[in-house]
Amino acid sequence: MSQEMWTYIFVAGTFAIYIGIAIWARAASTDDFYVAGHDVHPMVNGMATAADWMSAASFLSMAGLIAFMGYGGSVYLMGWTGGYVLLALLLAPFLREFGKFTVPDFVGDRYYSTTARMIAVICALFVSFTYIAGQMKGVGVAFSGFLGVEFNTGIYVGMGIVFVYAVLGGMKGITYTQVAQYCVLIFAYTVPAIFISLIITGNPIPQLGFISDVKGEDVSMLAKLNQVVTDLGFKEYTSTEKSMFDMFAITGALMFGTAGLPHVIIRFFTVSSAGAARVSAGWALVFIALLYTTAPAVAGFARLNFIDTVNESTYVESLDNYDAEAAAIVAAGGKPIPKWFKDWEKTGLLAVEDKNGDGRVQYRAGTDNEVTKLDRDIFVLANPSIANLPGWVIGLVVAGGLAAALSTAAGLLMVISSSISHDLCRRTLFKDMDDKTELRVARLAAAGAVVAAGFMGIYSAQLAFVAQVVAFAFGLAAASLFPVIFLGIFWKRMNREGAIASMLTGLVPTFAYIWHFKIGAGKAAGAADWFLGVSPEGIGFVFMFVSLAVGIAVSLATKAPPQDIQDLVEDIRVPGTRRSHGIADSGMAPVADHT
Amino acid sequence: MSKDAAEIDGKGYWRAVLRLTLSLLTIWFMVSFGAGILFRDVLDQVSIGGAPLGFWFAQNGSIYVFVALIFYYCVAMRRLERKFGVKG
Repeated sequence: MSQEMWTYIFVAGTFAIYIGIAIWARAASTDDFYVAGHDVHPMVNGMATAADWMSAASFLSMAGLIAFMGYGGSVYLMGWTGGYVLLALLLAPFLREFGKFTVPDFVGDRYYSTTARMIAVICALFVSFTYIAGQMKGVGVAFSGFLGVEFNTGIYVGMGIVFVYAVLGGMKGITYTQVAQYCVLIFAYTVPAIFISLIITGNPIPQLGFISDVKGEDVSMLAKLNQVVTDLGFKEYTSTEKSMFDMFAITGALMFGTAGLPHVIIRFFTVSSAGAARVSAGWALVFIALLYTTAPAVAGFARLNFIDTVNESTYVESLDNYDAEAAAIVAAGGKPIPKWFKDWEKTGLLAVEDKNGDGRVQYRAGTDNEVTKLDRDIFVLANPSIANLPGWVIGLVVAGGLAAALSTAAGLLMVISSSISHDLCRRTLFKDMDDKTELRVARLAAAGAVVAAGFMGIYSAQLAFVAQVVAFAFGLAAASLFPVIFLGIFWKRMNREGAIASMLTGLVPTFAYIWHFKIGAGKAAGAADWFLGVSPEGIGFVFMFVSLAVGIAVSLATKAPPQDIQDLVEDIRVPGTRRSHGIADSGMAPVADHT
Repeated sequence: MSKDAAEIDGKGYWRAVLRLTLSLLTIWFMVSFGAGILFRDVLDQVSIGGAPLGFWFAQNGSIYVFVALIFYYCVAMRRLERKFGVKG
């Protein structure tokens, strides 16, 4: 059977599973729709959170990114896992104890302010739309690259699938599809990694292969990689061009941003108690770590293998007649370019140009480099072929990439839909709306958001901010959402005025800085003009401290929050003592009941 | 046994929680920002298997410690809840 056939089978098969789950897990109430009825098992929620968290970028691009960046890529590894420690220790259990549906809900109720709620809604919507557009784009790329379907058609198919399980099932449907999606994506990621680790180091566990010697040689994999890349004029693999302060700032922005991202936080509203939220965060990180500790190993192996097999290899023109031509090259004592290289060349992810006309491929740093196109996604995608795995494994990897994109898109969709139906409609505009109507509005909002996200994916090339999702989403979550949530729990005295000032001083300058250096006038000047040498990816960390300081200063200069609010804060710190409090719960009783 | 809300020493419990949180966050900081970035060069003098230690912490080691920290936190919090009679 052809590889494309296998890909079709895997993609169609997994999609059928997702739809089946959606029909089985239909939401009947707003509780079901927003928080899956508050009774998801902590480990199940952990697995769903891992799928929610790991996007198309984590799955397809991260290993390649690290392969090119070496030590500099560590910011993603530490940032996107370390945030879970902050989430488990500082936010998730307390927000669960607070017992509401959304992040703006917490902000609006804790700070007894519609203005604060609306600013939080704007943050959540902007962050989520930027993020979701990237996922839809990923779906389009996967379809157009592997199934011979047009980019736009691919996005329509993705929209259709997410539509079914998100609109029908809400958080409940999403939770159980995410569990299935996690299984697909982790299997698809680790199987090729195990085989490539065996080939390079002889150790089947990639995490151990990472720190082992190269198979049959007396030199460690990383030492050899350093040697090989410096010989070709690249920087040492275990070093970086980033300054120590910038590394520090980016890692910080990614960590605090992770903790402040609404689509991650709302997953912890689905478990039954604060204690369950803690355990669930632990499980989430276990499932995430499985992929995140494999990724740097894949990165190192892939880079080493790429140089080993491609550099100084003799180019083979035809793919159809590859075997005969390659055999002739071997007979003449040469090294033919590997077959997988030829396979992937036609996708446009790889390209070579014989600049010096010697018929061989030179991979170098600088202008002599003959590998003119080397897409970072190639390392994960080509892994199965590099490891000589059968064609169906590639189909599995494509299904895994789609699972990663769709699961993240669904989680984001929930944030968008609940921000609109719950925070904007039920809590602000139409306060007398009943549960049934709210559920209908939530479904409508989810449907509208799917369509909007799809179109943002289709026009992603024209929407400059979509490509800057890392800087925007994490920077804004770190600088504008994390400080108000954190202070709202850990500092009773924090009041409405402080919260509004804090969110705005985090949001506006971070947004302006990233826009200026990534899209606007400062793009050309780049690093030379950076404030304190901090890149746009790391600036959220700097403004987070500004936001915290402003929040505290403004709160101290203004009136203390009402007694009800201060009592409420004390209640959510001690599990099981949550009572109803007039101002904070007006319009809605707390959904948490401790009986 | 859990007690009524009025009998719980909420303030004492919260102080203990803060102490625990602060010490775990110190470890969190030391293995990532510390070992992986600030003191990386010093740690790189030593190697684990074939990897420089600081580099390994930045790409693998810190993540293992993060996982351990969260599970330790769960256990320690359960112990605190029992000690203060808080419903978990």
